[in-house]
Amino acid sequence: MAKVKKRARKEKRVIPTYHGRRHFLFGLMLVGFSLLIWRSFERQILETDFLQDQGEARFLREKVIPAYRGVITDRHGEILAVSAPMSSVIATPKDMSVDDKTIGRLAKVLKVKPDALQRRLAQNRHYAYLKRQVKPDMAARIEALDIEGVRLETEYRRFYPSGEVTAHIVGWTDIDEVGKEGMELAYNEWLSPVAGLKRVIKDGRGHVIKNVESIKIPEPGQHLALSIDLRFQFLAYRELKAAVERHQACSGSAVILDVQTGEVLAMVNRPSYNPNASRRQVLARDRRAGCIGKSRSKLDFSKLRNRAVVDLFEPGSTIKPFVVAAAIEAGVLKANEEIDVSGARLLVGRHLVRDSHDYGLIDVSTVISKSSNVGASKIALRMEGEQLWQFFVDLGFGERSESLFPGEAAGQLPHFTNWSKFEQAAIAYGYGLSVTTLQLAQAYSIFATDGVRRPISLIRLDEASESIRVIQPETARLVRAMLERVVTDGTAPQAAVAGYRVAGKTGTAKKSVSGGYADDRYIAAFVGMIPASAPRLVMAVMVDEPSAGEFYGGQVAAPVFSKVMSGAMRLLNEAPDQIRASGTRMAATGGQH
Amino acid sequence: MISTSSPINELRRSDPGRQQGLLTGLHLDLPLLTGLILLCGVGLMILYSAGDQDIALIKRQLIRLAIAFSVMLVMAQIPPIHLRRWSPWLFGIGLMMLAAVLVIGEVGKGAQRWLNLGLFRFQPSEMMKLAVPMMVAWYLAEARLPPDKKRIAITAIFILLPTLMIAKQPDLGTALLVASAGIFALFLAGIRWRLIFGFATLMAALGPLIWYLMRPYQQQRVLTLLDPESDPLGAGYHIIQSKIAIGSGGLYGKGWLNGTQSHLEFLPESSTDFIFAVLAEEFGLVGIIMLLLIYFLIILRGLYIATQAQDTFCRLLAGAITLVFFVYLFVNTGMVTGLLPVVGVPLPLVSYGGTSLVTIMAGFGILMAIHTHRKLLPT
Repeated sequence: MAKVKKRARKEKRVIPTYHGRRHFLFGLMLVGFSLLIWRSFERQILETDFLQDQGEARFLREKVIPAYRGVITDRHGEILAVSAPMSSVIATPKDMSVDDKTIGRLAKVLKVKPDALQRRLAQNRHYAYLKRQVKPDMAARIEALDIEGVRLETEYRRFYPSGEVTAHIVGWTDIDEVGKEGMELAYNEWLSPVAGLKRVIKDGRGHVIKNVESIKIPEPGQHLALSIDLRFQFLAYRELKAAVERHQACSGSAVILDVQTGEVLAMVNRPSYNPNASRRQVLARDRRAGCIGKSRSKLDFSKLRNRAVVDLFEPGSTIKPFVVAAAIEAGVLKANEEIDVSGARLLVGRHLVRDSHDYGLIDVSTVISKSSNVGASKIALRMEGEQLWQFFVDLGFGERSESLFPGEAAGQLPHFTNWSKFEQAAIAYGYGLSVTTLQLAQAYSIFATDGVRRPISLIRLDEASESIRVIQPETARLVRAMLERVVTDGTAPQAAVAGYRVAGKTGTAKKSVSGGYADDRYIAAFVGMIPASAPRLVMAVMVDEPSAGEFYGGQVAAPVFSKVMSGAMRLLNEAPDQIRASGTRMAATGGQH
Repeated sequence: MISTSSPINELRRSDPGRQQGLLTGLHLDLPLLTGLILLCGVGLMILYSAGDQDIALIKRQLIRLAIAFSVMLVMAQIPPIHLRRWSPWLFGIGLMMLAAVLVIGEVGKGAQRWLNLGLFRFQPSEMMKLAVPMMVAWYLAEARLPPDKKRIAITAIFILLPTLMIAKQPDLGTALLVASAGIFALFLAGIRWRLIFGFATLMAALGPLIWYLMRPYQQQRVLTLLDPESDPLGAGYHIIQSKIAIGSGGLYGKGWLNGTQSHLEFLPESSTDFIFAVLAEEFGLVGIIMLLLIYFLIILRGLYIATQAQDTFCRLLAGAITLVFFVYLFVNTGMVTGLLPVVGVPLPLVSYGGTSLVTIMAGFGILMAIHTHRKLLPT
């Protein structure tokens, strides 16, 4: 029946229209449209606040405004450390096409291997340093490449114009300009800038489209003027370097102090390094430097040490004038007294104190100028241990100076209750205690100031800081007169400076090795002051292991003093002692420190 | 014959296209043409903003539109009777070209879709968007309706074969559109509800198998739809950015050219697949409703034309073309608003790009031809 009916329909060419189908589809479509509109309503009306915030969070960004770190200068304003704006190459890898051609071009300009660059880009999809702080010509070439997703950002980089000459005292910062060594570290907070902050509109690729507002104004770091006089620093460095090379020494240090203020005018060390070079270049081991020990490391960190304040050594004979001064102050020694050092040996307990020559019966002055161990021991043994110990403490041995230099060593001064008789005698000629070059210079400056001790300063001072009296002026002048004889007819004729009177003392100490003292390894030292009649400068020179034949302090260290000081006197325009002595004080007033 | 209560039939009463002399001569349908021009105009406006006010971009799009409208004009001139005759040939040629694409096709953006014909590159899968519904309509119109089981099975092969070949390229979006074109034609032909439900059940049962056959990136897209926040910088990035752009619009939007998410390049593909989000950000919910209204009117007119068609072939073809247009719209806007997974389907007649534009306008040309080549029948 049904079939017949349908056939009949077809024959009548009636087109079936299937209303149900049509309405079903129409309804489906309405549902679709409703869904879309509901979804939009949900997003745009119900969630709009949240999503608008999310949107703003994507384009409103806070951006740091870099500010530069404070400049470090010497006492006259010569720049020792300065921050210069540099470009760093930064990539947003997700926006980059990483085809071989682009990578190849980029790698060529950056001077890196293409696969190393690929790896770096793969690490972080949103931010990658490709190379930090590039030179301006490289920055210009990167700019010219115009690669999508690669941009330049300003960063500051520290430069040290005087390089290795001031490397140790100035120190260095890391790539983010945080102080890591030296004065850069000690005064990091003072030097550090406070970065500013601004609100900007950024696009999806990280480009800043518009500055909206400033949130915080950047504050550059404050400047720092060191006590260093760059002219003295250069002079001292040049002569120390020459001496260390000539005598094939392991290392050397020298310190120049301004007697009147306690400021450090120069502090130099060898070996040094170029703080502008890359860390790798700095740490590369120098084959010629043979004193690093048996370390197999390819890196040599020892160059980084500011040996003048960090390294300790036994002061040897340079300690003797203090023993004499202590004994005079204690009232157990008269300046014109004669000491019997005949036989060149002295038995203390079961130990022998020796001299190199038999001087016989000599006065105190000669004990110092000829540097008699027996004489110094005899004088020391006249005192109670406590008297000598207290005197050394007052001089500043065994404790850190006021320099605030990071990592400064205090030195060792054993307590007198632990001293045996022999140890007391040995301390009198500089064994059994250890000092830094800076401490030695400071201690000698007490003779130069007629008996007062001034705090050490690595920062330029506007006025001399308060001083403490350590010895009586007469005692100081007496010892200074004895020290002049060291140069005129003693162990250090090579310390003489033409036209000036020099007072000083040599020291040649055997280096302590495990189990005793080495017979062929010495520390050669000389500490002196100039002009002796009214000292302006004190200089301590220490050379570690001179191994080219000469090893006495008078041969190795004293000439350094002489050369540096004759230059320094010219620079200071200081009147020679003779003129000063004859009363024409006028000439001296024209000079500066 | 047709119940007067149907909303579609309300439109029948006014049929201005038949009164216009020039338009009738050119076989153009005024309501449809008006809707299309309006849509393309709005589209250009959004594109101008989405493309960062690049006038060269607008010029290129205008050229494409001109080509597409010309194709529509040409298609409108062809009487449907010829189209019906060409259908199997067109389908056969299309199928061969699809096979050729798989063998010697050119690779672009990770998929093999193009056939280099020397002078120009051709995308056979685009042609199949029209050829498949034509073939299905032709085949089903050969016999009386509703089709019997054998015909349905053969029709299913006509649909499935090109769909799978396109999916293999891989081009999921086009495959989906081609399949839905064929399925709509089949559905309109009146296959039994039982079969439809049976098929739907089968598809649901095959779900896990389909999941297994999907490529990893396609699986990822589905997973991302379910939880875009799971990988906000990777797979979920498109969805999240477009969600934010839409939500930023609010009720009235930020105003033309003032959308931040698109102009600051946070919104990916802002002038192509995700252009709907630009509209949403700049014109708000009001803008969305207005745009959807234009689409709705175009689709309504298309369905009306289908109801007015004088033979089965025309009726099925017109219905399928119109409904595919709706699928186009729904897949794109559904993707942008986060209802559907990310499938690379442009917003029809608005997104920047030329290939689909030509196909869609050719489809509308066919619709116009179906409507304007009717013989006046006594009612």
